Amino acid sequence: MIEIEWIWGLIGGLIIGCGGAVYLLGNGRIMGASGILGGLVDGTSRNLRVERMFFIAALIIAPAVLIFFSGRPAETNLTGNMVLVGIAGLLVGLGTRIGNGCTSGHGVCGISRVSPRGIVSTLVYIFAGAMMVVALRAIMGGL
Amino acid sequence: MKNLFSVLSGTLFGIGLYLSGMTNTVKVQGFLDFFGNWDPTLAFVMGGAILPMAVAWALTRNRTPLIGGSFPARPETRFDRKLITGAVLFGMGWGLVGLCPGPALASLSFGGIGGLVFLVTMLAGMLIAPKVSRLLDRTEAAGYIKS
Repeated sequence: MIEIEWIWGLIGGLIIGCGGAVYLLGNGRIMGASGILGGLVDGTSRNLRVERMFFIAALIIAPAVLIFFSGRPAETNLTGNMVLVGIAGLLVGLGTRIGNGCTSGHGVCGISRVSPRGIVSTLVYIFAGAMMVVALRAIMGGL
Repeated sequence: MKNLFSVLSGTLFGIGLYLSGMTNTVKVQGFLDFFGNWDPTLAFVMGGAILPMAVAWALTRNRTPLIGGSFPARPETRFDRKLITGAVLFGMGWGLVGLCPGPALASLSFGGIGGLVFLVTMLAGMLIAPKVSRLLDRTEAAGYIKS
């Protein structure tokens, strides 16, 4: 089973990278989900408003259309504990905007241009995420 | 034209996230679970995404974007308090439930109430972030003067 999953990971990753390449070569912008969404929320770079809205609409709609026509299963397996979900959302929104990037901006787009800030950020958030999982295991007895 | 590139890019990003399994929080938390039953999928996704992006960055040399204008400036090397604090907070939230901004949007259509709750609080966090950033800038500047 694991073999199939990493192949899908690689295929999906290549498609994600092509998306980032289109955004970079076409619009000259870095495809960072938190930057695109956050820029809309706090009103920075108002001239990019429309192209950002199109990007986000496509990001939400495309998987929905794919799932509808393929009949593939779609499950986030998100925890039902809404307090945890709410806290996590707040931390992710705050952290990605303070640190100026997330898994797509600092991770995919940053590492691929050997950006020191992107590499450091990615190492730090993976470490912090791993520590959080260790803490969850210790406190809640599992994931 | 730029809106067309945006739609194409968002479509590829969303489909890639879904097909790779990154909209499944169990796989994301599984990657972060280095001391448990480690799931390497995210590393393959990251590696797969970096390949076309590295080619794209190479193609930016001596060129301009297709819609005109200019490519992003060379990467900065400034490691300030905001970069590290932000990454720590983001990583904590990411590890807590296994969602980050891209997959949170890509899974919105099938993520149920939890997905909506995450989106709303994430937007709230993004809204207050500029205030916190300014505070971090001030304390950092004050720290330099003291030392």
